[in-house]
Amino acid sequence: MILLTVGTQLPFDRLIRMVDEIAATSPIPIVAQIGAGTYRPANMEWHAMIGPVEFDALLAHCTLIVSHAGVGTIVMAQKHGKPAILVPRRAAMGEHRNDHQLATAKAVEGRSGVYIATDKHELASLMGQDLSPPAAAFVNPSRDRLKAAITDYILQL
Amino acid sequence: MGADHSSEKKIVLAVASQGGHWDQMMILRPALAGFDVHFATTNKELAARDGIADVAVLPEANGDQPLDAVRCLYAAWRLVRKVRPDTIITTGAMPGLMCLIVGRLFGMKTIWLDSFANSQKLSTSGALARHFASLTLTQWEHIADKDGIAFKGCLL
Repeated sequence: MILLTVGTQLPFDRLIRMVDEIAATSPIPIVAQIGAGTYRPANMEWHAMIGPVEFDALLAHCTLIVSHAGVGTIVMAQKHGKPAILVPRRAAMGEHRNDHQLATAKAVEGRSGVYIATDKHELASLMGQDLSPPAAAFVNPSRDRLKAAITDYILQL
Repeated sequence: MGADHSSEKKIVLAVASQGGHWDQMMILRPALAGFDVHFATTNKELAARDGIADVAVLPEANGDQPLDAVRCLYAAWRLVRKVRPDTIITTGAMPGLMCLIVGRLFGMKTIWLDSFANSQKLSTSGALARHFASLTLTQWEHIADKDGIAFKGCLL
């Protein structure tokens, strides 16, 4: 099962529509959380909102995540060890207040298990491949330094 | 000698809105393990997902709805008065900012950790928070400046 999400805050109908069109010929079932969008998918199971506990179960069961380039999805894909295709929101298309998702996508592009698509062609191509999941052990010394700095700061008088 | 150090455990109020803010707080969680931590978020079920039953719920707020902001500030005030933390830490967004402002008024230590998502400049809430936070952190080295935005590392 492929899990599609655009987060819980803003609509992202361009992505929902692209995946719905791809779903028409996809051999793998797709479940979508469409959030505040108004486009109604015709070729896949969809829900406006899925609760966090149920969503976590879907993350555990899916073989691939397709998502906006939100930090929450990036963290969850890592946690569940699932490959994720990220499609950044574009401010010019009214999909967000600014283009920070482009920057987020650029920042995580090339990491194991993370794939970036900017249009339907790239998305369909990636969805048709057997994408590798992220490497099991995520080693991030920068994360450890930040955590240690915060602990130390709280301990200071 | 034989002193009871458990009574000296620092009290930490950790506030994060649902979505990426909360998910980043959960990555940070082990760093708070040695403290008496009280979590607050905007979606109780998210905390349940992560095995946190005892969570305070704050109302959502953003810059567009002044009444929601007032409601959120009042809830933040009550929460901070109740928990009486030594330190308030937040990964955003507006509800965390409200707690941070209240905490600062009471002279508490306050930490704003701006989201990884803000890779070009601080978030709107973060730009306000930096005036109240005793420690403002960005997760992007190039955003750090001499006026108090610090970079110590990033969660992702």
